[in-house]
Amino acid sequence: MSGKGTGASVAVVPQSTAASPELETAPNLTSAGITREAGVIASPSPSEQAPHADAAQTKEIAALEAAQRRRSRGKLARLLSEIWSFRLSYLFVAPFMLCFAAFIVVPVGAAIVLSFTYFNAIGRPRFIGWQNFQYLISQDLLFLKYALPNTFKFAIIVGPGGYIAAFLLAWLISQLPGKLRKWFALAMYTPSLTIGIAMSIVWLPMLTGDRIGYLNSVLLRLGLIDVPKLWVTDPSYLMNSMIVVTLWSSMGVGFLAMLAGILNVNRDYYEAAKIDGMKSRLQEIWYITIPSMKPQMLFGAVMAIVTTFKTGAIGVELSGVNPTPGYAGHLIINHIDDFGFIRFEMGYAAAISVFLLLLMYASNKLSWSLFGSKGDE
Amino acid sequence: MVQRLLGLRWKGSRLQAMDGFQKLLTLLMIVMSVFMLLPIVYIFNHAFKPYHELFVYPPAFFVREPSFQNMNELLSVTSRSTVPMIRYLFNSVFISGLAVVFVTGVSALCAFPISKHKFPGAKLAFSTILLTLMFAPEVIQIPRYLVVSNLGIMNSYFGHLLPMLAMPIGVFLLKQFIDQIPDALLEAARIDGANEFFVFIRIVIPVCMPAIATVAILAFQNSWGNVETSSLFMLDDEMKSFAFFLSTLTNNLAGNVAMQGAAAVASLIMFVPNLIVFIILQGKVIATMAHSGIK
Repeated sequence: MSGKGTGASVAVVPQSTAASPELETAPNLTSAGITREAGVIASPSPSEQAPHADAAQTKEIAALEAAQRRRSRGKLARLLSEIWSFRLSYLFVAPFMLCFAAFIVVPVGAAIVLSFTYFNAIGRPRFIGWQNFQYLISQDLLFLKYALPNTFKFAIIVGPGGYIAAFLLAWLISQLPGKLRKWFALAMYTPSLTIGIAMSIVWLPMLTGDRIGYLNSVLLRLGLIDVPKLWVTDPSYLMNSMIVVTLWSSMGVGFLAMLAGILNVNRDYYEAAKIDGMKSRLQEIWYITIPSMKPQMLFGAVMAIVTTFKTGAIGVELSGVNPTPGYAGHLIINHIDDFGFIRFEMGYAAAISVFLLLLMYASNKLSWSLFGSKGDE
Repeated sequence: MVQRLLGLRWKGSRLQAMDGFQKLLTLLMIVMSVFMLLPIVYIFNHAFKPYHELFVYPPAFFVREPSFQNMNELLSVTSRSTVPMIRYLFNSVFISGLAVVFVTGVSALCAFPISKHKFPGAKLAFSTILLTLMFAPEVIQIPRYLVVSNLGIMNSYFGHLLPMLAMPIGVFLLKQFIDQIPDALLEAARIDGANEFFVFIRIVIPVCMPAIATVAILAFQNSWGNVETSSLFMLDDEMKSFAFFLSTLTNNLAGNVAMQGAAAVASLIMFVPNLIVFIILQGKVIATMAHSGIK
């Protein structure tokens, strides 16, 4: 934004000499900088302020219009003219922003509104204040006894655990010679391609509860267990099976981003550190690798959080029943489904989703502050 | 080139060049890889096992007499229903293709001005995107359903595509990459008379190809495995996707093993395109990383 307020880089188009004094007083329009026909640039350092270079004529029209509006210029008018001068930017942004608003912003807003109502999907929503939330945190036994602790256990192991594992694997792979890297990266990444419904199918033959299940068969043969374990239907094993399967598939795009980040770190830093007396690879990771790949670390963290909450339905898929046996794999996201799509208590379901959104927001804030502080060092 | 063709010999000579740490590491990573790939190799074998091999005891890891019995079973399941399997497949391919093209295009278009134009509201837009980055859409299914039904795009391909376009992670990733493009590079093009569309297509897109490839991978995975839009927004069976078909196939799979073979085949169909797309784009990511010189 070096050109802001200098007003020096006016593109002087011969026909518009009359308009140019106005141009100089309207700083947001003076920065056209480039015109194809005229090509005369008054200043050697062109401004970056309104970087899109339209055809000269549209600029002129805009400038003239701005000049006309000049008399009634207040703060609002200036803002409007600034917005107008960036109209191309808004055009660029519009397609995404419209979808974004329609399918994310509005639904989140609607969820917040609905969470204060009683809504059964048939009648009109009825405003009931904080009742949903009060019930949720004081009386909903299924939520307090199963969904909440299960979610915490699942998220804490799968989230940070998967994240650290992804970083370690990415670092280990980065230490290998070039051609091998590609294949190991592929091997680590492949499981995450089975995300969703395919994931449970891949694992089910492994974890089937009778002796035909592959894991059971191996353990039986090794003599580690006497009877086949019901890995996905016994409440005491279901959660662990969920965690293993999710961890297995967690080397996703976040892992790839971190790998790219590690590989992009400037080699000179390591050389310099070696000269300065840095000895161990651990020191290298802590003082050079992580600080210089902060954006990728953050991206990896965000991806870890998203996938952790996204794969929440894995328990239902593995055990094949909803709710899961003994509520052992009951996570908050299953609780939402339970109320939203089985009992049709949409208002209450919305309250639970707002709660989950707050949880996700908090965990995201945590990772944000984590990497923010490390960057300042 | 010759070395490349004779992969083994090449690998051998490279192994000698590695130090002890790297040799140990390679061994460790091979063990890791085997663990990671085991279930996948298993499902490949499972898909081609005839019935009598599926349920033998002790279970065999590798298939002995490969057969297409499971494939036939999968086809026969769909022949009894009104919608042929090929229709589900077509829907999935069609939607995923559109999703990859439009998600990358729309996200890049949005990320570029947010990163480089600093228009009024850019900060607000980006912080909103950051805020929603971690919201899995699964959480807000109910209001999304209300939005889709009010927009009147239920039961149409728009109902599949439009919700997928709102992928904040794509914009975030692209914006992070575009931030690293030096302003001077764009400015130079502008001085030469390039307009913003030209700058976008000829400079921004090629330079952030790795990010584009990554977003494309994400978009493909997202849409190919998507069950939500089919189960919530589509009323007719012929509008639903293959992933949805697969999920109906596997209901209660844990309890009953009858459909395991067919499910294995179906999950292969789900998995293999993902793998292919990734392998294609991974090459692109690595190649562009080497040549683009972002830093």
